[in-house]
Amino acid sequence: MLNFELASPVEQTGRAAVSAPRAALVVLALIVILGLPFALSGYQTFQFSRVIIFAIALLGLNLLTGFNGQISLGHGAFFAIGGYASAILTAKLGVSYWATLPIAGLICFGAGFLFGFPALRLGGLYLALATFALALAVPQLLKFKPFDPWTGGVQGINLAKPQPPLHLPLTRDQWLYFLCLVVAAFLFWVAINLVNSRIGRAMVAIRDHPIAAEAMGVDTAIIKTTIFGLSAAYTGVAGALSTIAIGFVSPDSFGLFVSLSFVLGIVVGGLASIWGVVIGALFIEFVPNYADQLSDVFGESAKALPWAIYGLMVMVIMYAAPSGAAGVAKSLARGVEGLRRRTANDGDRRPAKSG
Amino acid sequence: MISRRTMLKASAATAAALTARPWPAFADNATGVTDTEIKIGQTMPYSGPASAYGVIGRVDAAYFKMINDQGGINGRKINLISLDDGYSPPKAVEQIRKLVEQEQVAFIFNSLGTPSNSAIRDYLNENKVPQLFVATGASKFGDPEHYPWTMGWQPNYRTEAAIFAKHILANKPAAKIGILYQNDDFGKDYLNGLKETLGDKNAGMVVKEVSYEVSEPTVDSQVITLQGSGADTFVIAATPKFAAQAFRKAYDVGWKPVEYVTNVSLSVGAVLKPAGLEKCVGAMTGDYGKEATDPKWKDDPGMNTWRDFMAKYMPGADTTDANAVYAYGVSATLVQVLKQCGADLSRERIMKEAANLKDLELPTTLPGIKINTSPTNFYPIRSMQLARFDGTTWELFGDVLTG
Repeated sequence: MLNFELASPVEQTGRAAVSAPRAALVVLALIVILGLPFALSGYQTFQFSRVIIFAIALLGLNLLTGFNGQISLGHGAFFAIGGYASAILTAKLGVSYWATLPIAGLICFGAGFLFGFPALRLGGLYLALATFALALAVPQLLKFKPFDPWTGGVQGINLAKPQPPLHLPLTRDQWLYFLCLVVAAFLFWVAINLVNSRIGRAMVAIRDHPIAAEAMGVDTAIIKTTIFGLSAAYTGVAGALSTIAIGFVSPDSFGLFVSLSFVLGIVVGGLASIWGVVIGALFIEFVPNYADQLSDVFGESAKALPWAIYGLMVMVIMYAAPSGAAGVAKSLARGVEGLRRRTANDGDRRPAKSG
Repeated sequence: MISRRTMLKASAATAAALTARPWPAFADNATGVTDTEIKIGQTMPYSGPASAYGVIGRVDAAYFKMINDQGGINGRKINLISLDDGYSPPKAVEQIRKLVEQEQVAFIFNSLGTPSNSAIRDYLNENKVPQLFVATGASKFGDPEHYPWTMGWQPNYRTEAAIFAKHILANKPAAKIGILYQNDDFGKDYLNGLKETLGDKNAGMVVKEVSYEVSEPTVDSQVITLQGSGADTFVIAATPKFAAQAFRKAYDVGWKPVEYVTNVSLSVGAVLKPAGLEKCVGAMTGDYGKEATDPKWKDDPGMNTWRDFMAKYMPGADTTDANAVYAYGVSATLVQVLKQCGADLSRERIMKEAANLKDLELPTTLPGIKINTSPTNFYPIRSMQLARFDGTTWELFGDVLTG
């Protein structure tokens, strides 16, 4: 079913010596990432800010599902909790927008941790159903009448968009992009260190061989609930950033499809891949628009076609690249490596099979 | 078989193509306007929970096609770009930004949904882009003092509820009111409008308020609860499917209250017939438009114009759908605004003319209902006329009331 094959964190980010072409690639990537908001229009920069936000959310989910094996179809709920926490803090309590990020993260950590306890008893399909229920319940809870003075009820909460501080010569969209980038850089750094640490190995052990892990002295319960909390915190921070970016929250912003998109994103990017989430985020941000444009070919009456096309593309990707983008990257790397080795040993070996 | 390498190459090329869109070049001074074209944009829920309202976008487009076939407005064709937002506010924000920044539309017309319109209102007002004739009756969209670029069209829900409340106070001051409302912006606006007009003095008149979710299969239990509360007046703030259920259940359990139903659900074909025509006799509503299946308008010239339009430009569409009548009316109003602008189609002028409609009558609105706007009045339709259902049709009575 789910392909965890490439999951081992040790394979992920090796501490091997950085070769020259590798360094050049990294520099190129940095130039692109940092230069993007200056080369693109405000709207496109906004879209890429959304990509970064989704990447953070997907990273949270991937830590839980990809690395720790606990499936969650309800991460949209934490996205919503983080989003609303930020909105309420800013609108009702006057907290500065950037300060809402750690607070939203903490609140969601608490929520995820608490949800993690009953989740210990559930596994596989049952956990999926329980988290699905969470995803369905949260928009309804947000409409709950007694909460109205805080949540704004069905009308939602409108917020002012943040201005760049210190009169930096940046537009609002550029400032937002860099804010998201800095937060993402920090969270990615934490995640990379986590999966390469002792805890990271414990997480993977719990996923692959829970009984053996327990027997080896790994405290399964604490790790699983903590990772649930951490995962929720990541997605919650992404939700808070999303609120800051859009400037509006309402219960309708967090339907079931958000949770399902997240699961789609981590599978497309590659389960248990830290960098794959970027591809996943690009997918869930741009492919629906692409499907929209494609369906225009069929004329005005095909307005509902985009989602059919979207579904079709997902199926094609699942068939062609079940391990996601990370899997594709790994195969590419192996292919290049194999080619390099073959050409290096050309003299004293038989000609290799064509690949 | 496609190799993985090829897949990756293809995806990379696609990603590059996605972000490299050519910038449209417009020669004229006004954004979105050339000598031959006026480009306008909107978001509609073509997918998702509100996709039934997608027909409004389609009828809008069909109406403009008709206008274009007749030569356009002052020689310019109307080009409506309608994007799907799936009734999701973040998606609406994204699509609107695309329309304004990438497509460079002149203005946003008839976007649907209170949440979506709430999400885009600040952005459009900041960038001084007209947000005209929003497809929602939420009262917050007629606020020229704070949002001078946003305007509604249909009578807002509070107005309607206020008209009902006034009628109750005038005819049955000792009434015990039970209200069934949809648990979203539409229903809550209604509930608040009713209570506001009744005032604190008469707050005790509302003996029971029961809500339902759009996702619920039936409202039968809510109706029974309301009957049990002893209410003798039943206000139904529900969308068509649930209004039909409410009518039917109230009759079936032997409850005979004085019934008021929202304008959104007055369709004979879509609500009253499925409920059972005999079960709705005596119900009252606030009417402003001609209802497509009402036998009274069978030979009405205005509605025949609409029927001809539907037959020619929306062949195969459901002609009992009140949304199609609505869309016709809104589009006609826009055409009037554009005509009034003459040669100057700048955003400022468009907004000025939108706030300058005087006694406009449409083929699809009731005789006596006129559209009026001014710099301080951003509610184009404020009038309604009460009507009572007699088993076959809605009998208008009383005067045209203004909320």
